[in-house]
Amino acid sequence: MIRKILLAAAFSAVSLVAVGQQVTLTGAGSTFAYPLYSKWAANFKQVNGNVQINYQGIGSGGGIRQVSTGTVDFGGTDGPMNDAQLADAKSKLHTDILHFPTALGAAVPIYNIPGVSGDLNFTQDALAGIFLGKITKWNDPYIQSANPKVKLPASNILVVHRSEGSGTTYMWADYLSKVSPEWKSKIGVGSAISWPVGIGGKGSEGVAGLVKQTANSIGYVELVYAVENHINYGNVRNSAGNFVKASLSSVSAAAAGAAKNMPDDFRVSITDAPGAQTYPIASFTWMLVPRSVPDKTKAAVLKQFLQWGITTGQNDCEPLTYAKLPREVVAKEEAAIKTLQY
Amino acid sequence: MSFAERLRKGDEAAYLVTLISALTIVLITVLLAQHLWSNSVLARQKFGFHFLTSSTWDPLSGNFGALPFVYGTLLTSFISLLIAVPVGIGAAIFLSELAPRGISNALTFLVELLAAVPSVIFGLIGIFVLVPMLNVVIPPIAAHLSFLPIFGGSFFGVSYLTAGLVLSIMIVPFIVSISREVLMAVPTAQREAMMALGATKWDVTWRSVVPYARRGIIGSIFLALARALGETMAVTMVIGNVPEIHASLLSPGYTIAAVIANEFAEASEDLYLHALIEMALVLFVVTMIVNASARLLMLTAGIREIRE
Repeated sequence: MIRKILLAAAFSAVSLVAVGQQVTLTGAGSTFAYPLYSKWAANFKQVNGNVQINYQGIGSGGGIRQVSTGTVDFGGTDGPMNDAQLADAKSKLHTDILHFPTALGAAVPIYNIPGVSGDLNFTQDALAGIFLGKITKWNDPYIQSANPKVKLPASNILVVHRSEGSGTTYMWADYLSKVSPEWKSKIGVGSAISWPVGIGGKGSEGVAGLVKQTANSIGYVELVYAVENHINYGNVRNSAGNFVKASLSSVSAAAAGAAKNMPDDFRVSITDAPGAQTYPIASFTWMLVPRSVPDKTKAAVLKQFLQWGITTGQNDCEPLTYAKLPREVVAKEEAAIKTLQY
Repeated sequence: MSFAERLRKGDEAAYLVTLISALTIVLITVLLAQHLWSNSVLARQKFGFHFLTSSTWDPLSGNFGALPFVYGTLLTSFISLLIAVPVGIGAAIFLSELAPRGISNALTFLVELLAAVPSVIFGLIGIFVLVPMLNVVIPPIAAHLSFLPIFGGSFFGVSYLTAGLVLSIMIVPFIVSISREVLMAVPTAQREAMMALGATKWDVTWRSVVPYARRGIIGSIFLALARALGETMAVTMVIGNVPEIHASLLSPGYTIAAVIANEFAEASEDLYLHALIEMALVLFVVTMIVNASARLLMLTAGIREIRE
């Protein structure tokens, strides 16, 4: 009897190995990219049926941490790794971590001013002033002058920001630090920062909820969130001096504008990018992969997945309200993928 | 083997099994404390005791202090107890002593259902129902009471008070459910003896039944307090998440559990992560101190009663 069971066990083990060209890739990180990577994981199965991809949206910080220690095969982040983090990862993994942009997102200002409907225009100075706490009334000349047709009230502005560490906050702070030297020196750029004014809402729904319920408030949310929930949002003046409403195409334009000066490691901020129709508060979301992977089958699959994601996979972006990578960036990434030592 | 002997053996087995269960709890607590201690080493070395007295929380410059969070945690828990204890005990007395059995059972079922609602639901109710209501109700009241520091400043809907209110709704079921059980467990003889002396129904309840069940009721309040101190999701959605200390209950604030939940996922610097883990250590210690002092309070109250 026991022999029979052993035999059966050995048999099933053999059969598992036989089917066993199954490769599992695990990834973790950015919650912003989670819907996209999940969709990719499902669609990639039609390209290579032996691959199972698991991506966990644990936050960009967690993604950087896990890919740096080799716990996962790839990471996802909304803010690029800094030099110290890259050096730290290299000492642990004995290989470089590379950044590959996979899609784009944007952050938009949302507000609730009783008696004001329609889109407000925000200049760089107005946004920086409001979020630094220097502009405190809605009828401040900095805001009023950009909106001559709107009658703004003399009410106090309440700033609402994200309470948790978030890629959206990273984008917002990155933009403000580019247009305001004071923000750059006093506050800085990060996914969680020390806010000079305002209250924190938990998640996009928390920020949107607080803005909706509090008169004379202003906050920021991801473009995806505003579009899907039919929340009205304001126009932001770009570096060319035009007021632009965020849309998938104006966000892609930001990436195209930045593509000419794209560094080889793709760690580039595209906030306040050049271009007449460019929306200025946008960012890539990156996939993080090690330059060399010891497991050859895994390496081949990872490379195939990455190549597929930046080409065919881009068709999944717009239905999920991500902006597509512009052609210039894809071409540059394809060249970079060839340098992977897989 | 005689029957007595086997029984003795069974006793020993039971003793061992229960001992292991008890030790497991001790072990988990010790491991937890050890883990928090060793994973917060960077922050402890850099800030020392200054961590507890500093009000700065700046992840970018790597400056961390716990004071506003400790303050917010204690204040919101205190507000929630202030509301939940009278309501909870009142409801428990009604359900166990005064209400007809059918109504009591139905209401108890509802109360226990309330305890099973996930905290994020309370948070969402807080932000989408309670906050708009408070935005209408609070400002006129606060206008009359603004001479009191605890009602000063402007009100945005999210505040210590809002968080305390949401917490009180969350902890009331614990107090009601446990207090009702212990009140119902009071021996009938207690009630009959008091009635024989000619006491009214309320006299019997208030002077005989409630004092007899006092220990259990206080236990239920401890459990509720522990839940309030550690509650994360519901609080972070309605407190405003501002690391500042304000005397006014209408101001936004922050709690320890909320900041850990908010910032842990995105913390990529080692020092930042260690500071957040030290926050967990602080919460651990705060919970122990609050529980110990509450127990001490009970103990001294008990002694006084015996002397009387």
